[in-house]
Amino acid sequence: MTTVATTEAPPMRYPKLAQPWIALFLAILAELGIALFVLSVVSVPLIAVWVGIPLLLVVVPAARWFANCHRTMLAGFLGERIPRPYKKPPMPGMLMRLRTILTDPQTWRDIIWLLVNAVLGFTLCLLSAVLFLATLFYLVYPLLVGVTPEGVFTEPFGGLLTVNFWTSFLLMPVALIAFLIWQAAGERLLKANAFLARSLLGPTESAKLAMRVRELAESRAETVDTQAAELRRIERDLHDGAQARLAALSMNLGMAEEMVARDPAQAAALLTEARESASTALSELRDLVRGIHPPVLADRGLDGAVRALAMSCPFKVDVTYDVPGRPPAPVESAAYFAVAECLANAVKYSAATTAWIQITHEDEKLHMIVGDDGIGGAVIRPGGGLYGIERRLAAFDGTLTVVSPSAGPTTVIMELPCESSSLKTTPSSGTA
Amino acid sequence: MRVLIAEDHALLRDGLIRLLEAHDFEVVEAVDNGPRLVPALVEHRPDVAVVDVRLPPTFTDEGLKAAIEARSQVPGLPILVLSQYVEQLYARELLTGGGGGVGYLLKDRVSNVAEFLDAVRRVAAGGTAMDPDVIGQLLARNTRDEPIGRLTPRESEVLGLMAEGRSNAAIAGALFVTEKAVSKHTNNIFAKLDLPPSEDDNRRVIAVLTYLSSR
Repeated sequence: MTTVATTEAPPMRYPKLAQPWIALFLAILAELGIALFVLSVVSVPLIAVWVGIPLLLVVVPAARWFANCHRTMLAGFLGERIPRPYKKPPMPGMLMRLRTILTDPQTWRDIIWLLVNAVLGFTLCLLSAVLFLATLFYLVYPLLVGVTPEGVFTEPFGGLLTVNFWTSFLLMPVALIAFLIWQAAGERLLKANAFLARSLLGPTESAKLAMRVRELAESRAETVDTQAAELRRIERDLHDGAQARLAALSMNLGMAEEMVARDPAQAAALLTEARESASTALSELRDLVRGIHPPVLADRGLDGAVRALAMSCPFKVDVTYDVPGRPPAPVESAAYFAVAECLANAVKYSAATTAWIQITHEDEKLHMIVGDDGIGGAVIRPGGGLYGIERRLAAFDGTLTVVSPSAGPTTVIMELPCESSSLKTTPSSGTA
Repeated sequence: MRVLIAEDHALLRDGLIRLLEAHDFEVVEAVDNGPRLVPALVEHRPDVAVVDVRLPPTFTDEGLKAAIEARSQVPGLPILVLSQYVEQLYARELLTGGGGGVGYLLKDRVSNVAEFLDAVRRVAAGGTAMDPDVIGQLLARNTRDEPIGRLTPRESEVLGLMAEGRSNAAIAGALFVTEKAVSKHTNNIFAKLDLPPSEDDNRRVIAVLTYLSSR
């Protein structure tokens, strides 16, 4: 499935004061993870004596669950999703599952992470938590010295110096220093831990490629389906429309030919009928052609075609077009139909009085923005027009984003990959 | 009347020649490609040229471009453009050259011989012949803030027929009203579109053209 990133997560979802407690919690979890690490490491050699198999089937899912919890939690610190790059067993069955688990590199990376997290991750989290806790500790230090018996809290730095109730006040600036360090580094330490986790829990390059291949295969299958459906529609339209009309036309002509000497008036009527059905057939063919590939797109490219579209719209549409040369025909066609559909939506549902279309080429991508000043509330729902465009663009690895609050305005942002090298300069129309 | 034809389909070209010659037109030349068209137009200076939009070698809007080019070299050269489909964009481009003597019709219209010949003669006489499809699209626009929005439905109807290039008599015939009623409507249209009375008979053409090209 193609995922479209519509909203970016904010960098940090937690309030600042929750951080030390999260850090403490993560540090404790990191040490609990050690248990899972040990069990995993032990269970592998135990496969030889069969005990390892059930053990592994319990430990690995537990470790995955544990890792997934971390993926979700740490994503909050990273501000981006950490994907779950596990292989799916190709067939059902206990042994197949075991095999998949054992051959999935991510299983081993998870186990390495358990160890690294218990050592490095634990240190980072603990440091972050301790900095804050030290602040609290030294703020109430004189009180602690006052209420506890002599000798419990009087040697704050391991006997390096000894304080009494009064001199303990001199240590309060330590609270300030600890607080400042925590302020500056507390969040970074947590993020460092999150990055560390991502490098082991996130997908490797090859896993990323595998995911990409799956995505592309899905979108290709969908494209093939859409194309086939489109061909069926064209076949049906031709068969039920133009073809039938032409057959009737030729029949009428035959009848008129046969009748022309006997009954000229009747023959003339038949000829008129024949002419009318020829015009209808022509106009049906015209509509069909427009649906396959609009002639104006072939003539004038995307620029002219979009302008023509804007012109036939019942309200004012401003067009900005800034693309050097012409995109490859399939991209051009996809872009045209996407813009046309957006504009048709605006006409049908938005009650807009003006709209605007902006098409530019940047970063090897065709950027298309269609906006209107209507009532908004446009959503992508399966089977809807916007969904159709999204699928159509997905076939080209393009994306669609809709911003449409319920009071309007609506903006549809579309992107289609289109390398500069494939942009052809329009052939000059001869010297004539 | 001397006619020049530009059409690449042999069947259609022969049909057009036959049709026009049967009605006392003299076909001075029939070209079948774009590059040949402009020199032929400039050389023969026909009374009217019937030109297909799509011509070799590019099979895009070759004919339309040639028509515009020829009209810039020979101002007012009457050209009737025929096309398999009509596009407002093209109508506007043809008309922005200014003046009459232009037409833009769907190829289907040829089948109604009388109307087609009428259109050819109108263009030759310096009038216009716009396809009802173009005019229909134009008038169907939601025109809340524009002068054309102030027209009554009947007046829009009259403007539509006027835009196709028809005379008051023809409009009266089409709408089953008296010619006097039509001229009353046209005066109202001119008033609403801020076109002051003048001797210029092209005011009716301008009424539509200004609207078309102001978009």
